[in-house]
Amino acid sequence: MLRDITLGQYYPVDSVLHRMDPRTKLFGTLVYIVTLFIADSVWAYGLAALFLAAAIRLSRVPVKFMVRGLKSIVILLLISVSFNLFLTPGTPIFKIGFLQMTWEGLEFAAFMAVRLIFLVLGSTILTLTTTPNQLTDGLEKSLGFMGKIGVPVHEVSMMMSIALRFIPILIEETDKIMKAQMARGADFESGNLIQRAKAMVPLLVPLFISAFRRATDLAMAMEARCYRGGEGRTKMKPLRYEKRDRITYLVYAGYFLLFLAAKAAA
Amino acid sequence: MAIEVKNLCHIYGQDTIFEQYALKNVDLTIRDGEFIGLIGHTGSGKSTLTQHLNGLLKASSGDILYNGESIYREGFSMKELRSHVGLVFQYPEHQLFEVDVLTDVCFGPKNQGLSQEEAEARAREALALTGLDESFYKQSPFELSGGQKRRVAIAGVLAMKPEVLILDEPTAGLDPKGRDDILGLVARLHAEQGMTVILVSHSMEDVARYVSRLVVMNHGEKVFDGTPREVFRHYKELEAMGLAAPQITYVVHALRERGIPVDEDITTVEEARDAILALWKKAKGTGCCGEDKTC
Repeated sequence: MLRDITLGQYYPVDSVLHRMDPRTKLFGTLVYIVTLFIADSVWAYGLAALFLAAAIRLSRVPVKFMVRGLKSIVILLLISVSFNLFLTPGTPIFKIGFLQMTWEGLEFAAFMAVRLIFLVLGSTILTLTTTPNQLTDGLEKSLGFMGKIGVPVHEVSMMMSIALRFIPILIEETDKIMKAQMARGADFESGNLIQRAKAMVPLLVPLFISAFRRATDLAMAMEARCYRGGEGRTKMKPLRYEKRDRITYLVYAGYFLLFLAAKAAA
Repeated sequence: MAIEVKNLCHIYGQDTIFEQYALKNVDLTIRDGEFIGLIGHTGSGKSTLTQHLNGLLKASSGDILYNGESIYREGFSMKELRSHVGLVFQYPEHQLFEVDVLTDVCFGPKNQGLSQEEAEARAREALALTGLDESFYKQSPFELSGGQKRRVAIAGVLAMKPEVLILDEPTAGLDPKGRDDILGLVARLHAEQGMTVILVSHSMEDVARYVSRLVVMNHGEKVFDGTPREVFRHYKELEAMGLAAPQITYVVHALRERGIPVDEDITTVEEARDAILALWKKAKGTGCCGEDKTC
């Protein structure tokens, strides 16, 4: 059910990746995504797969747990694969009506599928090894330069970390209200679309009310502790690069160079 | 009519790193007309257990029989079970959603397939039981006070006419007056409606006064099961679990240590008062009270 979503869920084990500075991981994810989008040969994808496998291995998160996050993109995957399969012009394999599958389409669809899967797995590793707070800390610090041109970096990152923090709370709350209404005979599983939508009312109204209540409580609690935005605010755990982060940046550079070489060779 | 829990286990997050035993081999028989207090520290598995009793959670292993029939049997109607076993969640007022009090209470009976008139009759009956004034029936439930909201929410379950009523911490977050009102209501439901009641709580004080049987949970296991008197005799073990016997138990034991022969099975303040007064009168007659002979 709701618990199966792994994107945005921290997996608490102790590994090199978990201990790494979030900025390093963010940058790595960025490099990885860029390489995925410029990859155009089997070699390039092979290299990306190797990089991904190494990261998964280092994260010490069970692969089973990671693959579960892919469930949410199955439909997206199916749609993009079938579009690419049938709508790419080239040498036809077979034809049904106006739809024709081409060799080029097959190749393109396969690359597309691999790209999407790698993309999700790559970003899942980031969120599985980094707590939401670390993640927003990292974002705030790496994007700090944008504050100079008037972007409210601190406020946005605070909003993000609160939103992320609230996801599990709201999931739990949904689960609780759902059960409470089921105890009163509510049925969320059967009926047609309209009936199901109507059945959501007893769930959504209490959920919204509790979300608003929590939001005002939190705002009050923050003000009571003198929160006044980012200016002059110090951190309990300021981010600092360690030796392992410097090494990792070197690894990124190596990976990127190798990747360009693979691209040039193809 | 009875609920039998047999060797029930529940594991949260099975096969993940978060795996955790919430219930371990729990055996429990709930007979008709009983008034049971289910007690345990936070995280002892008491709420998890109650959610099994009406099929909201499925056991990892073990079985639950309702009137001799396994609720995990193929084709067993959970919806029907839920109308026989009413569960009032913790902070039940968080589940209110309708435009007015009466409509909200009608939600349960309507889900049972009753007509509008029947549902409304049931709702009025249930609201009357909770003692909520009729002038509130057409108000929005969100405008009521905490205690009133809770009555509405409890009425929402009562309107389904359950035979077994489970209340999870019904007094949490209420002031002493609200707490006594709600507990009084529950006691009345048991006495007058003959309902089987399971009261989940972590407060011995609340429960000792009303229930006839106490079940104590700790770390997902059932540790004690008996009358309050029997259970409170283990007050030292209860303390080790982060539970305390009612304060009066400590007073009684302290008095006994000083040689004043108060009955050790006393569980409520009222009983203690009567016993101490009786001893006092007797002592006045002989001109002495206890071994320190201060009078």
